Amino acid sequence: MKHTNQMDGNSPRKSICRLRKGVPARRLAGNRTQVAKGPSMWYAVPALVLFGVFAVVPLIGVVVLSLMNWDGLGAITWNGLGNWKRMLSDPLVFNGLKLTLVLTVVSWLLQTVMSVLLGVFMAGSQRYRAVLAVFFFLPLLFSSTAVAISFKNLLDPQYGIGKAFGLPWLQQNFLGNPKTALWVLILVVSWCFIPLHSLLYQGAVRQIPTSLYEAAKIDGAGEMRQFFSITLPQLKYTFATDSTLMIVGSLTYFDLVYVMTGGGPANSTRILPLDMYIRGFSSYDMGGASVVGVVILVLGIVVSQLLNKLSGTDKMESQMEGV
Amino acid sequence: MKSFRRIAVLALSAAMLTGTAACGASTSSVAASGDEATMWGISDSNFAPTKQAVERWNSRHADQRIDTEYFANDSYKKKIRTSVGAGNAPTLIYGWGGATLREYVKSNQITDLTSDLESTVKSKVFDSVAQAGYVDGKLYAVPTQGVQPVVLYVNKKVLTDAGVNEVPKTWDDLLDAVMKIKASGKTPIALAGGSQWPYLMWAAYLVDRIGGPEVFNNVVEGKKGAWSDPSVKKAMGMIQDLVKAGAFGNVYTSMTADDRKDISMVVNGGAGMELMGSWAFPDFKSLSKDFSTSQFAFAPFPVVEGGKGDSKDLTGNLTNYWSVSAKARSKQQKSAVAFLKNTTYDDTMVSDLLKIGAVPPVKNIDSKVKAADGKMGFYSWVYQSMANTPAFRLSWDQSLPTDQAEAVLNNLEQVFLMSQTPDQFVEKMNATIR
Repeated sequence: MKHTNQMDGNSPRKSICRLRKGVPARRLAGNRTQVAKGPSMWYAVPALVLFGVFAVVPLIGVVVLSLMNWDGLGAITWNGLGNWKRMLSDPLVFNGLKLTLVLTVVSWLLQTVMSVLLGVFMAGSQRYRAVLAVFFFLPLLFSSTAVAISFKNLLDPQYGIGKAFGLPWLQQNFLGNPKTALWVLILVVSWCFIPLHSLLYQGAVRQIPTSLYEAAKIDGAGEMRQFFSITLPQLKYTFATDSTLMIVGSLTYFDLVYVMTGGGPANSTRILPLDMYIRGFSSYDMGGASVVGVVILVLGIVVSQLLNKLSGTDKMESQMEGV
Repeated sequence: MKSFRRIAVLALSAAMLTGTAACGASTSSVAASGDEATMWGISDSNFAPTKQAVERWNSRHADQRIDTEYFANDSYKKKIRTSVGAGNAPTLIYGWGGATLREYVKSNQITDLTSDLESTVKSKVFDSVAQAGYVDGKLYAVPTQGVQPVVLYVNKKVLTDAGVNEVPKTWDDLLDAVMKIKASGKTPIALAGGSQWPYLMWAAYLVDRIGGPEVFNNVVEGKKGAWSDPSVKKAMGMIQDLVKAGAFGNVYTSMTADDRKDISMVVNGGAGMELMGSWAFPDFKSLSKDFSTSQFAFAPFPVVEGGKGDSKDLTGNLTNYWSVSAKARSKQQKSAVAFLKNTTYDDTMVSDLLKIGAVPPVKNIDSKVKAADGKMGFYSWVYQSMANTPAFRLSWDQSLPTDQAEAVLNNLEQVFLMSQTPDQFVEKMNATIR
């Protein structure tokens, strides 16, 4: 134990103590080493200022703006709850909410299953694993706008791959059909993000102690049993973190959809963030757009808090007791 | 209030950035300091004559220089409005007339140019185009580019192969041609529905041909129930007849106009016709020499039997306009006005415009237009139709306030996709009139 007291009495520590007023003394004492060594809270000021200016102030601005009428040009006038009433009775908002939920749930399911499988595969030591891993990883390197433009052209019924290879089943108007457009988008979005998530799972799988598997083998567990009884349970926290990333990411997803369909055809891909954008910067209905913005914000916060609670990530006890 | 507005723009943009990593409307401000007038231009070939005019002006008037900055068309459109709203506009504001111009005037963002420039405009520009620069009888916007009416482009070979020997003149001719071309295995009409705005051209022309220009004028004036005019419902029904007849093929819902797939479809013989603005003509001309020399034809929008509208009525984009920012310093405003007074459709400007294929709405230049024309006769036709038109309807999306324009685009798309009936369209659009 290297228990240093050299920082005692120095100003940085004092300021931390001051900031930590109200924390029970015993806990403070327990954290003593850490506290004494930690840098002054003042180092956090630049980050806090940036966070305040670019996150907190705009958020307050959007909430205030949702109570106002503004077309981007004229005077800003008070509208009270008018925008809220208008937006909450607008079928397009509910259409957007529904599409966002579908996009979120389906792409979460698809991405999680694929990422776990790929992650487990990439963490192993099979033949060609390293080469294949490079290919799996590729989509992560492309800009999403480039991906969107490429897929839009690849899926073009007249000029796309269907035509090029003479495959009639690929030569359909996927993005122009209200029934298929959203599903195509979900596939493309998943294709973009699966590499990132499988990377997370790969890392997590590699951290599972081999002794667990050895013990299981001795007990006679097969590959399947090992996967379901050791690998999956050990991935619990990665799963929670990763799902939060995916779900909050999908709730606010925008760029690929904007470039590939712009919300069409016939609003079949007009997810909430796109709905907000169109209201704000095509209709210049800043009040209405702000209402949608607040809805997205609340949805995001509630869902990520809920995920934290449900998965017990906020406690994060060790899963390796006895290892 | 002004500073709050600026914060509000920033807030919403930042919210878009943090929330959705969105693109577009940034609000980098242009310093209003300095005495040089400022101008934001468009970085495409259509703007080249203006760019050259500014360069000529700057080389001769060192004391009244104009500082220019260039943007892509779509980013300019998104940027200019928020900039004007936040008081950061350039001295010379480039616009499309219509509802945005009225809103600029209403919020006192641009100056009255009547005393300085009315004589210049009246002496040169056709009334049908000059008129759109006026709000409440005062001149606020000075025309500056070529006119852009919407025309029916035709691939003659596709039509004759299908047994259609004449370019359709009436709606029945058109339906007949659609049936025959479809039977020959081609797409009768190319339509870039993925971009939404091409839908407007069909609606605008049909409503005008059936009910005359008053129908949509009533909508622009915001009269209650203006969309209930029977001609609107009839036009929507006719559009759905076309869709049901397979006139637009089955890929129009995803085809976009910005990559010119629609135009190449006509040029390559995949489709027989397309309704498009005159701005597409240079593409029709340049994509294939074979096409432009032997297969190209064009026609006005067909007449609807029994309709009230004049067959010479046009719709489309009139032209672009310059306005002068009311927030600019007086020295900047003076430079801008002097620039407009001297360069608006001067001889060099007119010939530069004709060179790039734009037909300026300027009186008495018949011979110049004819000289620029070559064999195809397109520019002369555009010039004559503009000179003789009783009503030149500015595109619906430019005529209406932004929220109503967005609603028209959205609901019209649903009419074209058959997910909304004509009655539902009328009802939804009436609800947007305040």
